Amino acid sequence: MGVLLLMKQTCSILSTYTADVSGVCSALYEMGGMTIMHDASGCNSTYNTHDEPRWYDMPSMVFLSALWETEAMLGDESRIINDISKAALELKPRFIAIAGTPIPMMMGTDFHGLAKDVEAKCGIPTFGFATNGMHSYDQGAGMAMAAVAERFCDKSLRSGKLASGEKPSVNLLGVTPLDFSVTGNVEALKNVFADHGSRVQSCWAMGSSWEELMGAGRAQVNVVCSSAGLALAKALKNLYGTPFVKGLPVGRKLTEELLELVEKAAASGADQEISQPDACGGKSVCVIGESVCSASIARALQLDLGVENAQVVCPLDYPDEDAVFKALENARAVIADPLYKPALPKGGSCKFISLPHEGYSGRIYRKDIPVFIGEGFNNWLKKEML
Amino acid sequence: MIDLRNPDWSGACVKVKDASSLTPYEYGVEYGSPARGLWNIVHTGMLIPESHQIFVCAQGCLRGVVLTAAEMGAMDRFSTVAVCENNVLDGDMESLIIDGVSDILGKLPKLPKAVLIFTSCIHHFIGCDLDYVYAQLRGKFPDVEFSDCYMNPIMRKTRTAPDPKMREQLYSFLKKRPFDKKSVNIIGNNYPTAESGDFVKMLRAGGFDVKDICSCSTWEEYQQMAASCLNVTYHPAAVVAGKTLEQRLGQKHLHIPLSYDYDEIKAGLGKLAEALELELPDLPKLEARAEEELAKTAELLSGIPVAIDYTSTPRPLGLAKLLLTHGFNVVSVYGDTFIAEEQPAFDWLKANAGELDLFATIHPKMGVLPRAIHARPQKLLAIGQKAAYFTNTNYLVNMLEGGGLYGFDGIMRLCGLIRDGFLHEKDTKSIIQVKGWGCCC
Repeated sequence: MGVLLLMKQTCSILSTYTADVSGVCSALYEMGGMTIMHDASGCNSTYNTHDEPRWYDMPSMVFLSALWETEAMLGDESRIINDISKAALELKPRFIAIAGTPIPMMMGTDFHGLAKDVEAKCGIPTFGFATNGMHSYDQGAGMAMAAVAERFCDKSLRSGKLASGEKPSVNLLGVTPLDFSVTGNVEALKNVFADHGSRVQSCWAMGSSWEELMGAGRAQVNVVCSSAGLALAKALKNLYGTPFVKGLPVGRKLTEELLELVEKAAASGADQEISQPDACGGKSVCVIGESVCSASIARALQLDLGVENAQVVCPLDYPDEDAVFKALENARAVIADPLYKPALPKGGSCKFISLPHEGYSGRIYRKDIPVFIGEGFNNWLKKEML
Repeated sequence: MIDLRNPDWSGACVKVKDASSLTPYEYGVEYGSPARGLWNIVHTGMLIPESHQIFVCAQGCLRGVVLTAAEMGAMDRFSTVAVCENNVLDGDMESLIIDGVSDILGKLPKLPKAVLIFTSCIHHFIGCDLDYVYAQLRGKFPDVEFSDCYMNPIMRKTRTAPDPKMREQLYSFLKKRPFDKKSVNIIGNNYPTAESGDFVKMLRAGGFDVKDICSCSTWEEYQQMAASCLNVTYHPAAVVAGKTLEQRLGQKHLHIPLSYDYDEIKAGLGKLAEALELELPDLPKLEARAEEELAKTAELLSGIPVAIDYTSTPRPLGLAKLLLTHGFNVVSVYGDTFIAEEQPAFDWLKANAGELDLFATIHPKMGVLPRAIHARPQKLLAIGQKAAYFTNTNYLVNMLEGGGLYGFDGIMRLCGLIRDGFLHEKDTKSIIQVKGWGCCC
């Protein structure tokens, strides 16, 4: 398999992935904290319009600092410290998170210092994340989840030894609507483990209570479900020594493989990763998107459908449409978000299978996002092939 | 956690009698409601026929505008150049724009007539030499018109905000040509003005051709707007555009504000009549018809509470006054700050309807409190999407920016919309999340 990291800066026709600052908000959304996007305006409406399917029905304290021109020029952070503290004292969040955007980066904002000042002023635990809107969402989500675990998870917890025949319990890491949306994949993911007899201790961070998250140390294995979960997996490994398995249960055979890897990790204490799809010559089937999900889908294509030469294209940072066009030159089929359709080789012989990705096309195709976890993958592809 | 059973609204809500000014709240961190009907700069820019937009911004800033274009089905008229950390550090911003725009134009199947290049806050702070950039691009692409557009929200409180700036730049491609004395433009609106509007009928009756970018479908139609001898504005965000065109092309500018005050409406129509030597319509008759419509509508609503927000009209206080003086039970107005032209209505409300609630829409408490409080069965009519969201009602008048309704005719038509909103429950959740409502590009 070849994972292509692409670097260029123009898109004449393609879209862009959402940025690190949205990743922070998405990861922390259900934790009862207050997240401040440190920006003039725009980032918040982008986030709550295109990136956040929970915004209408599930209130969360995600706000904008409303940075002004003069504050940016003078490096004046006193107003922002006061405003954040005031709102926090009124709304009483569990914690505060301040995430940066391009202008604070240019100002040289010291986010850790800013967080310390806010925490000193209002007495509420505060994080500062030096995001800058120039990296993709998985980085922001990853750093936010890891920071919460490092600061709040009960360090005295231990997973305990498995009884004979007992299946290892798991934490699911890196689960946000940006990769899994709200169309059934999160539930399907939990069901895969529950049906196998593995208790899901926590899901970072959708649908789990704060207490469940804080009990992450009780799980025997962490499952890294997206690249956003990797930093958290490392943090939990430092805290508890918990091994992790990287990969998603996609399709029948890969699900079996992943569940076996979870047991292997629990038994050995060593980290595991699903087997990678084999690359070979000839026309390829390309899966475009987030790395863990795309690699899992590519592998599932080989295991369940016998597809040879399944490739992954992962252009999360700085989308380069030329490189995407080039990567698809020899594709006979492409599985990707619908907004990638214009990148297909001209001539019409390449089959396009639509797999909408909230982190790329936002809400536009949400209703068309299939359940691709577990056997849902086989059912979905069967329909697509008809 | 905040106590939703005993909510403290202080800071986010004030009785109008206690409001100190047209900016009645203290602001800090800001909340954004899910009501998305207002147009953004992408929607507005797309009104220029045969044009192409290129945004030069960081990935996080590109996201919202790219998906705006995608939701409009206009990705073929939209491209991006991503600003990365190295560009900020290396000082190569000018070449990034020149090379990026050139690359994009080289890939398009056909060169557009015009390109709107949107630079961002970063370019402002980094001291990017935009004059050089545009000079280079004009040299490389002599058959393409370029306009400098801006997505720099950091200046929204200190300079011309992005919205009026975009409305100004909409006409930046117009080239001076001989005036047609029988042609008038309506400028600066996202929505076309109703043909039945009082001043449109006056213009038509006087034999004038009325042009509006909202109804231009070709580059040439758009260019013909430069031949009009007068630009009429009525939306406050359009005034900058009117003034700029007056200076640049010599077109006279007449601002006749959108209003719900009979005297102000008459004064506006009078100014237009004087400027173009037009006959005024039968104003007493129009006023009487508006009164009839208001009475009929108030009777139908029979005292149910009404909430109004600032997205429905630039004059929510003026509209509240009109409705309160005609038997409607207006209980709340949602808006964060009100324009200076609202002062008379504000003063009247303070003196005569002091219990009216003014609610902020961006105060952080609005992200937590309203939906919990308004989970109530009482029927309430909302005029405007934000009012509908905050009051959790499906009885909605889905009007934005005044809806192209002007004068006495506008009031009569609004009454029709209110009756429809009262009688026919709407799917508020679906409607208000549509970005750029009514954008048909």
